[in-house]
Amino acid sequence: MKTQILLLGDEALALGALNAGLSGAYAYPGTPSTEIMEFIQMNPLTKERGIHCHWSSNEKTAVEEALGMSYAGKRSLASMKHVGVNVAADPLLNSAMTGANGGMLVIAADDPSMHSSQNEQDSRFYADFAMLPMLEPSSQQEAYEMAKYGFQLSEHYRIPVMLRMVTRLAHSRGNVTVDAEAEPENTLSDVANPRQWVLMPGNSRVRYKQLINDYADLTAESEKSPFNTFTDAPDHSLGIVVSGVANNYYRELWKDGKSPWPMVKISQYPLPADMLRNLVETCDEVLVIEEGQPFIEQHMRGVLNSNPKIHGRLDGYLPRTGELDPESVRLGVLKLRPSTPGLEKEETQPVPEVVVARPPALCKGCGHRDVYAALNESIESYPHARVFGDIGCYTLGYLAPFRAIHTVLDMGASITMAKGASEAGVHPAIAIIGDSTFTHSGMTGLLDAVNEDSDILVIISDNLTTGMTGGQDSQGTGKLEEICLGLGVNPEHLHTIDSLPKNHNDMVELFRNEIDHHGLSVVISRRECIQTARRSKK
Amino acid sequence: MKCDIILAGVGGQGILTIATIIGKAALKSNMNIRQAEVHGMSQRGGDVQSDLRISTSEIFSDLIPKGEADVIVSMEPMEALRYLPRLSPQGWVVTNTTPFINVTDYPETSLLDAELDKLPRVVKLDIDRIAKDLGAPRSANIVLLGALTPFIHLPKEALEEAVAAHFARKGETVVAQNIAAFRYGYERAEKNTPDNL
Repeated sequence: MKTQILLLGDEALALGALNAGLSGAYAYPGTPSTEIMEFIQMNPLTKERGIHCHWSSNEKTAVEEALGMSYAGKRSLASMKHVGVNVAADPLLNSAMTGANGGMLVIAADDPSMHSSQNEQDSRFYADFAMLPMLEPSSQQEAYEMAKYGFQLSEHYRIPVMLRMVTRLAHSRGNVTVDAEAEPENTLSDVANPRQWVLMPGNSRVRYKQLINDYADLTAESEKSPFNTFTDAPDHSLGIVVSGVANNYYRELWKDGKSPWPMVKISQYPLPADMLRNLVETCDEVLVIEEGQPFIEQHMRGVLNSNPKIHGRLDGYLPRTGELDPESVRLGVLKLRPSTPGLEKEETQPVPEVVVARPPALCKGCGHRDVYAALNESIESYPHARVFGDIGCYTLGYLAPFRAIHTVLDMGASITMAKGASEAGVHPAIAIIGDSTFTHSGMTGLLDAVNEDSDILVIISDNLTTGMTGGQDSQGTGKLEEICLGLGVNPEHLHTIDSLPKNHNDMVELFRNEIDHHGLSVVISRRECIQTARRSKK
Repeated sequence: MKCDIILAGVGGQGILTIATIIGKAALKSNMNIRQAEVHGMSQRGGDVQSDLRISTSEIFSDLIPKGEADVIVSMEPMEALRYLPRLSPQGWVVTNTTPFINVTDYPETSLLDAELDKLPRVVKLDIDRIAKDLGAPRSANIVLLGALTPFIHLPKEALEEAVAAHFARKGETVVAQNIAAFRYGYERAEKNTPDNL
């Protein structure tokens, strides 16, 4: 029996995985991937079956844990935002070498246009690099169906399958027809080729050749995939390639979604070369419309760019950066085929000049505010002070009114960049990092600083949660002092203070004292996130 | 039948509740729905926006094409104006008039008012005050949902049911308050519907 419900793309994917017999989900929160794990955590089936759904410390541990479950024969997934794949890149690329036993999905949620991210890297390059198959749903329904399909593909070829979401699918609701019953979970099973799971050079060399052979089979699989389609049309003066959600923006242009030109839709990789070759050979020109970086277009052009009839983001028909939308796709098609019937539109009204920008800001009552207010005052007398920021709500300290941080790179980089700058001669060099980011990737950097007694002040602004993504459990809650002591921070220079307005003067003094200490100092400033505090009161 | 709605506001104002209730009503009426939301950084007091599309036929894009929105509904007057390029030439703006001022260069409200008055089809309501007068200050967004209802081609009854279902968990008093808020908004806006122009 099937029923129809309304789900976010993330939720549809999560439910698809649950209904396909998922045994364990592993993830670190990150926009736009967070709701995948949250949906699994809230689903009654998870409790009933005891499906693993605890947050991991970071994306690397998540992928390794998921691979362990796959090794044991059960179906697992690891989900993360696109930049999380960088953190998980080591186990991800090597999991192509070990292969999978139980079906395993690695879900990367890309954020083109950087709605809530520091770059717009496209995870399809990772799949290509690792030689892993990848699925890229174009709708909530496909996201649901691809979970099961992905597990089957993974088990058939004994390899993890990547699945690429993008913000506009992850965070968009749509009608999804779902199964009423979930399939049973896999039972424990031994791996088919035990040698392959020990990546010593001798084993790896054998396996690598096998992987290359399998990749050819996976390409053949893409050619016949139900998710990769060719739709012919009479006018071969132009051919269209769309992938993922770009399919929707393109079809939106036409009545009933019917393209006047032949169209290849790609939602499964490796790229189906024959499908693409056929389109290029039978059409005068080809427009490639894809969300994110020009992955397909680049592959089709090749480094020699010897086929001038291919168009897309690289030759200016579509914007080189940012996410697509129906308007940019319309303008791209119109640029290539001016005066196409149905594509002309009248000008709309502009945004009135009176409208001003409304940038995000730290909430009223947020402890990060008190930390920045005190920090700014404590370094007033040091014109060369540099504050190294990190990833989280407190990144907003860069904006007015605080304008308090000078760098933001990636998870954990505040501590290590401060250390490097201090070694170059910067004083004071101050790192500010949130509790969840600290346990994600800050601890190893802090150990470096301990070992050299680096002249830096590390402020761990602890709000007892993973705030930016909506308040998920933080893995270091209640343990931060012990973690710092365990790593070897000198107890005399490890301090904890409640980041409250009434403690402003004490915080200023504490920061000043620790700046004057020419060695490693850690201050844990603590106050529960105002958002989670409000929710728990309700 | 197809209706494209842009919901606008400031992070935390409750536009997603409006979207959720319309979504429920539309699903019950066997419609196709797409609703793109914004999560993450902008929810921290920045401008937020959601595209909601309902249709009896297949919907392709999760985003409403430029110049094709049938209605902009906004919890905040400046935010109503931000999305005007996306409004259809025949489209309506339904907006709250109480400003949410969290930036230092927020414009004079009289200037915003003048811009709104230039629009050929606009419904302006002080939903904050209306909700307070109704004794339900937390239901301002439901007043706005009521005011939006004449423009979205879903039966009023279906939306009222969805409002009741949404708040059922919170008890009869809260349901009654929200139904009253919904009806008040509906009646105020109905006087401005296309049929009555």
